[in-house]
Amino acid sequence: MQLKNFSWFRLQDHLKNFSFVLPAILIFCIFYIYPFFDIFRLSFHEWNGITPSMKYVGLQNLQELMKDEVWWQAMGHAAYITFIALTFQNVLAFALALACDREIRMKRFYRVVFFIPPVLSEVVVGLIWQWILYAGVQDGQHIGLLNYWLTKTGLPQLVHNWLSDPKTALTCIAIVHSWKGFGWGFIMLLAGLQTIDRQLYEAARVDGAGSWKLFTNVTLPMMVPVMLVVVILTVLGSMQVFVLVLSMVGQGLGYHTEVPVTRILSAMTGTNRFGYACAMGINFGVILIMVSVAFKWLSNRMKQA
Amino acid sequence: MRRVVSLALCLFLSFGCAPKKEDLNTITIWHWMTDRQNALEELAALYEQQTGVKVKIDLYAPSDVYSQRIVASAQSRVLPDIYGILDKKEIFASFIQSGFVADLTEEFQKENGAWEKMLFPKALDVNRFPEGNIYGVQAGIYGVPLDVTNIQMLYNKKLLQKAGIQEVPRTFPEFIEAGQALKRVGIAGLVSGFGEMWLIDCFASNYAFNIMGEEKVMATYRGEIPYTDPDWIKVFSVFQELQEKGVLADGVVTKPNKYAEQDFALERAAFAFNGSWCVNVYNDMNSDLEYGAMLPPPVNPDRPMRIWGGAGSSLVVNNSSPRKDKAIAFLKWLTQKKQQAFLARETRNLPSNREALASIPPILSEFAGVMDFTTHPAIWPYTENALVTEKLDKGIQSIIIGEKTPAEVAREVQQIKERELKKAKQ
Repeated sequence: MQLKNFSWFRLQDHLKNFSFVLPAILIFCIFYIYPFFDIFRLSFHEWNGITPSMKYVGLQNLQELMKDEVWWQAMGHAAYITFIALTFQNVLAFALALACDREIRMKRFYRVVFFIPPVLSEVVVGLIWQWILYAGVQDGQHIGLLNYWLTKTGLPQLVHNWLSDPKTALTCIAIVHSWKGFGWGFIMLLAGLQTIDRQLYEAARVDGAGSWKLFTNVTLPMMVPVMLVVVILTVLGSMQVFVLVLSMVGQGLGYHTEVPVTRILSAMTGTNRFGYACAMGINFGVILIMVSVAFKWLSNRMKQA
Repeated sequence: MRRVVSLALCLFLSFGCAPKKEDLNTITIWHWMTDRQNALEELAALYEQQTGVKVKIDLYAPSDVYSQRIVASAQSRVLPDIYGILDKKEIFASFIQSGFVADLTEEFQKENGAWEKMLFPKALDVNRFPEGNIYGVQAGIYGVPLDVTNIQMLYNKKLLQKAGIQEVPRTFPEFIEAGQALKRVGIAGLVSGFGEMWLIDCFASNYAFNIMGEEKVMATYRGEIPYTDPDWIKVFSVFQELQEKGVLADGVVTKPNKYAEQDFALERAAFAFNGSWCVNVYNDMNSDLEYGAMLPPPVNPDRPMRIWGGAGSSLVVNNSSPRKDKAIAFLKWLTQKKQQAFLARETRNLPSNREALASIPPILSEFAGVMDFTTHPAIWPYTENALVTEKLDKGIQSIIIGEKTPAEVAREVQQIKERELKKAKQ
């Protein structure tokens, strides 16, 4: 009798506890699990997003995607933006983090200033930079800030149609993306630098290490785990860039500024091919997962070393 | 305490999941027209005073965001009583076939077709599906035009004078000459939102109709004439010539229409390719702007220039709305002369009601005067495949940036056309 009461009590307790997590489970299932599996289902269909019926096409969407030159070109563009972010953005972030880690005047002010771009809306940043890079002329004067200053500083030969030239448009987007994103890396790297035990530096100095030796033998090795996190986040964030692209070049400069997400968006809303857009999403997701796993593996190897 | 919390949670969930009680006296409209929100709200308040029916006007802008919202709402069956479909006719047809749009034919034909007769036929045509249409939609009228619009060229009188241009160019060679004269005095020629694909598409199809005529364009869409045809190459060459002769404003290829409108309104360019809605936009940006409207100058003088036009903004009624009758009654009221005159006055758009034309500003009359030259993809018997259109628009951008020749673009577009034709046959 006592055991029976105990079991009933336990069951009741479990049910009560479960009722508290039920809303979270439901939300998770409805907004994460169901869409995740539904994307797979839709990728096997041809559907315009409106009609109740959809045509089953099997792997046709995926096969077409493999041969879609524009898709792979867009992937290449995202890789290029990522490369600029990994080099220019992260080097800048690390250099500034190193500077702010030292005892310099107004370092708190700099920390705030460097963190302003990441908190700004991507649309706002895109529009501001579009104005800076604007190529129009009024009454013989350049309206875009960059071209205006190039003319005023005696460099009129450098005046350019920055966002309408295939040679410069993507690089401009990549640089603006890096400018917008370096603050995150800066904060994370600065936090990492501040966790390094100061005694290590003192010990190295006692052993006769100069600034360069301190940097290469103490700072860099101690920062490897943080750097890897920053690298992974940079890769994931840069590969998925698209708001900036839309706000800087609208629907694009031919195919020169296409990135994977703009292609997905265009398949979904421009050509109304939901199934194909889902196939693109899956393909892109798999690539990002593979990149993340590769970096994780690399990170583990470096930690072991 | 635990029991009380559990009970409260269960009650909360049960009530939260209960269906919301329908308010049968409130019609909801979803629209994207930022410039018309205040005027529509005023009219809604007046309608409530007159009939006791409340009209809730919800604005979702910009238009691409609105379109996505409509598609998502259709998928989840939560469309409002009245809404607009901004997409291609093919998508409009899908909405009808899925039962999301009410057939208004009967309403238009009541009282000897009084409602139909009141509106511009071209505006209604955009919402009409004729007998035997390619989409397989039952013949009828499915939308109500709120206003009419057309897209043509605008010229800045002061800037043309400054460049010594006495007369507005009437032919394409004259237009090129004018562009070069403007360039010589440091004024940009033609500006347009070519960063938005539909404007490139619109400009190209204007010239395609002028160069080869409607039948040949439709034959191309049917796959009977290739894009490598000399006439199509001539169409692509229009963009090449505009660029090479320096007529296009700098950066036009990635410019959204909003910025193009700003450039023209602030007198940074002498010509613009824009729709009649620009009258309101320009007035807001620069009320002193002196400008006129003209048809794009034809390349082929033997064939008339055709421009896109017809219904500007159309609204449809949700077929499954429990307030369908009230929604239709409101739209009927909204398209009456008095309300249309008010909308035209307040928003500077061409009214869809012909009787309301008397009270429009002079510049709008210039737009209204060429309604006979209008055509629109939504009334063509055939439409081009969306992937082919995308390739064509992107190809034209490549011509403008000097990356490809018209012949190269024609070849590439034809390749996609052939691929899609093959796919359609399978």
